Amino acid sequence: MQVKENFTPTIVAFCCNWCSYAGADLSGNNRLEYPANVKIIRIPCSCRLNPMFILRAFQRGADGVILCGCHPGDCHYTTGNYYARRRMTLLFSMLDYLGIEKERTRVEWVSAAEGAKFAQTMNEFVEAVTALGENKRLEDLRCKQ
Amino acid sequence: MQRIGVFVCWCGSNIAATVDVQAVADALAKEPGVVFATNYQYMCSQTGQDMIQEKIKELGLTGVVICSCSPRMHEATFRRTCEKAGLNPYMVEIANIREQVSWVHKDKAVGTEKAIILGRAAIAKVQLNTPLIAGESPVTKRALVIGGGIAGIQTALDIADAGFPVDIVETKPTIGGKMAQLDKTFPTLDCAACILTPKMVDAGQNDNIRILSYSEVEEVKGFVGNFEVKIRRKARYVKEDLCTGCGLCMEKCPQKKVPNEFNMGLDNRTAIYIPFAQAVPKVATIDANYCLMLKNGKCGLCSRNCTAGAIDYKQQDEFIEEKYGAIVVATGFNPISLDKFDEFAYSKSPDVVSSLEFERLMNAAGPTGGTLLRPSDRTHPHTIVFVQCVGSRCDASAEKGKEYCSKICCMYTAKHAMLTREKYPDTEVYVFYIDVRTPGKSFDEFYRRAVEQYNVHYIKGMVGKVVPEGGKLKVQASDLLDNRQIHIDADMVVLAAAIEPDKSARPLATKLTASMDTNDFFTEAHPKLRPVESPTAGVFLSGTCQGPKDIPETVAQAGAAASKVIGLLVKDKLIGNPCVAKPNELMCNGCSSCEKVCPYGAITYEDKPFRGPNRTTLIRRVACVNPAVCQGCGACTVACPSGAMDLQGFSNRQIMAEVDAICK
Amino acid sequence: MQAVIKKKAKELLECGTVDRVLGWKAGEFFYDLTPAVFTTPEEIDKDFVFSVFSGANMSKYLIEETKKEGKVAAFIKPCDSYSLVQLQKEHRIKRENCYIVGIACDGMCDMGLVREAGIKGATAVSEKDDKLVLETIYGEKEMPKEKALLERCVHCKSKKVVDFDEMIGENGEENPDCGRFDEVERLEAMTPDERFAFWRSQLSRCIRCNACRNVCPACSCEKCVFDNPDSGIAQKAAASDFEENNFHIIRAYHVAGRCTDCGECSRVCPQNIPLHLLNRKFIKDMNELYGFYQAGADFETKPPIMNYTTNDAEPSVVYQRGGSK
Repeated sequence: MQVKENFTPTIVAFCCNWCSYAGADLSGNNRLEYPANVKIIRIPCSCRLNPMFILRAFQRGADGVILCGCHPGDCHYTTGNYYARRRMTLLFSMLDYLGIEKERTRVEWVSAAEGAKFAQTMNEFVEAVTALGENKRLEDLRCKQ
Repeated sequence: MQRIGVFVCWCGSNIAATVDVQAVADALAKEPGVVFATNYQYMCSQTGQDMIQEKIKELGLTGVVICSCSPRMHEATFRRTCEKAGLNPYMVEIANIREQVSWVHKDKAVGTEKAIILGRAAIAKVQLNTPLIAGESPVTKRALVIGGGIAGIQTALDIADAGFPVDIVETKPTIGGKMAQLDKTFPTLDCAACILTPKMVDAGQNDNIRILSYSEVEEVKGFVGNFEVKIRRKARYVKEDLCTGCGLCMEKCPQKKVPNEFNMGLDNRTAIYIPFAQAVPKVATIDANYCLMLKNGKCGLCSRNCTAGAIDYKQQDEFIEEKYGAIVVATGFNPISLDKFDEFAYSKSPDVVSSLEFERLMNAAGPTGGTLLRPSDRTHPHTIVFVQCVGSRCDASAEKGKEYCSKICCMYTAKHAMLTREKYPDTEVYVFYIDVRTPGKSFDEFYRRAVEQYNVHYIKGMVGKVVPEGGKLKVQASDLLDNRQIHIDADMVVLAAAIEPDKSARPLATKLTASMDTNDFFTEAHPKLRPVESPTAGVFLSGTCQGPKDIPETVAQAGAAASKVIGLLVKDKLIGNPCVAKPNELMCNGCSSCEKVCPYGAITYEDKPFRGPNRTTLIRRVACVNPAVCQGCGACTVACPSGAMDLQGFSNRQIMAEVDAICK
Repeated sequence: MQAVIKKKAKELLECGTVDRVLGWKAGEFFYDLTPAVFTTPEEIDKDFVFSVFSGANMSKYLIEETKKEGKVAAFIKPCDSYSLVQLQKEHRIKRENCYIVGIACDGMCDMGLVREAGIKGATAVSEKDDKLVLETIYGEKEMPKEKALLERCVHCKSKKVVDFDEMIGENGEENPDCGRFDEVERLEAMTPDERFAFWRSQLSRCIRCNACRNVCPACSCEKCVFDNPDSGIAQKAAASDFEENNFHIIRAYHVAGRCTDCGECSRVCPQNIPLHLLNRKFIKDMNELYGFYQAGADFETKPPIMNYTTNDAEPSVVYQRGGSK
């Protein structure tokens, strides 16, 4: 796969309101940098993430999609991330089955106290997606400028 | 099309230093639907809020986007601001350009670009926002306290004093809990019974308090303000209303070999029993595991001798259902099982006891009548070794014990040591410790008195092994400060066992949908700012169910929990969160997928009539969400194959609009 | 078999057990048997057909049929019966409004394979021992039945009718070692590039006729997300590679845990896209990660995707599985 020069991937990060969004805020509080191409969408819980949203992001030109939620066992709604875990496992496996690079999708559990983990996760994910290059296999050309 | 106002905050230099706020406002002003965009130094200041309100009125804004700090910070503030200006508070969206832009990106051009994109996403979302109106639900003005130890008693008394009825559900035959078993309390050395039993009597006599002893919570339904709880009243085979607590049955009972749990099994009780003299309610209970009549149908002595006619061998468990506005968990603690600590010979020698057992051995109402005697030969011990941190502060990799500090052991061990030396000055007392932790009012003074006035030998180091030999306990230990091995021939060894949450806590948490940490302590809604509330609305925490604590702390927390409950019960109605799931009945298949994943049981199904083709009526099964029960997690929205279930405030279209704006 | 079934159908109507019978009748050709409702014994005599081409899964039709007044009889093959149970689990079929006659099945045939075997101009079919006998305009032709079996029948997962009021023929057994995941495994062993190429070559043929969706018993939503302008993904025809993929990914995801692997999607696809391989991937993953589950095998078990355990595999398990990079 060819890597464009100065390629900066578009990354959509879905963060649950209670843990990971707060974790992202904490990395801000602690001034821990991560690439600006990570854009966070706040959802109430990781179980709110519909696979349609992930596909939509890829359609519209995202190069990577990451879901962050509370650690299993710590869900604000007690069970949400358990459902999210199964759903995402199955979806990622299906995307892989279709030959779509599995490294473009990821789930990380980030607590409200893990500002450093959030920043580190984002740095690693952006690096991994940058190495993969542009998302070609699951995009809608009409949506690209 | 909405009329949207965009307000970009500088947050002083917090945002403005790394984001060109003017450029953000200019760029966002060009977005469709935006009729006004500005920037200001502090949007959350009074001046900033006034400006937002003015613009809402002046320009007839139908939506507001605020580019500022995290919504976790000021979303509520800005919603209130807009509400006061007549805008529905749920027409406000926040673009987080401080925590997630200016504070994490140093390059101004990069930060500005990202701020614009996040602003666009917020605008795209607001375009699809709809005014939401929070539902109201009534409040049942009655509280349930689960657990009748000092925490539960104090909480119940405080709630009752404020004029609200309270039920205490206690699984044992009497309230009182662990404190009733204690001898003296640190650091004042006043007797536990002297300060606890009057409170137990108060609770028993308070018109607003109903004590449901020998009872367990069976099932919890409902939600804050409207809990419906099913309580199992276990059969005690004694009619509570008739029993006078005279104790004649206990005298007559031929089964006298039942280990007495109140005395930690150090002596025996009868099969029909009242746990201790000051029990509340003072009602006998038959232990079905030992009662000859219940086991073999042969005896009936208690029944024949009961002048009140209170014995009822045919009694069955009964269930009562009651409505409550608030639930307080006060399930307390237990010392851990010492089975895994073989090195201390706990299971090999009766003279190796836990601190709670020692407590009973010192207690005037205990098995020895308050004379300190060795359990093995009932002789007076001359050398006692106390071992602290047994099972506390253990390594995570060790397969036994707890990682946390049990908090109370340092102080009660000092108390035990001191009391022993006070009563029996001829006794040598050694305390082995890792650290002595005495932060608390008059705590360190207390500990120093033990060392300085009472000459208790405090030795920093751990006991490696205890070997029973020739009527003695050979204690091998190390003194870390002197760096030497110590051998002590002790008469008794007392183990300060770690404390852990009561075993009933985990299943109770499931019934309450309240969360717990890995140690099975209940988690608080916020570790610092909301320490007595559970994340589950309407469930409050009192005492050691939330974490190890001593009596003063427990009582303080019990009072705090009570005041939170009172604050809830004085309200006539509760305003709900309108960001809840909502099914589109026209698309609902009634397939029950959503119900299967709902953690709150908020979804039910109804057969509803719909208009069919050719003027027919079709009855279809469709989902209904109880907005007062739904907490808005959204699990159902993804489980729904037809997309009939959506989440207000985070709808499919709103989230996709955000995705589109970000990926553009 | 046809005679026995027709007799039973007439009997049920005549004695008033049911008011209608759901069966098959011939369409344009003798092999395109379509589901039909019969109300009189005469209609049954005239049009009712049961042959090796009666592959259509009857359970989905019961959703609408059991909403009507009166009772309907349906002839349910083993694989149909799983859908029947699954739809009852989802409260879509009113069981009290239908009378289920289970029929033992030893496989349904694919006309395409008959043609591939070189038999042209067929006008009627019958079975003799383990052979298909086809009357053609060129005279009678024979071929082994196993050579004409539908893919799903080659890998038949169960010959057991799981829910019925009475049986015609002897009820069979489940067959867990049917090898239905072999093809999925073959794909999994490929490199991502090969898999991508494979699926592009398949899915790019999709003409969005919606046959798969319309025949699928799990795709019985009141309104499909792809038809709903408010869903954000509505589309009539796939206008890009993405939309071709998206339709099939979302469809497979939406039926995951509810798909009984009846194979109707692949049977009806006019483009012969092996759509069952998408559903089987989900089924295989769920079996491997969360324990064996067969949708529609019973009335109680929760689908794995609507369930959890606290120590489930993390999504990162995917990075270690499925083919080299």
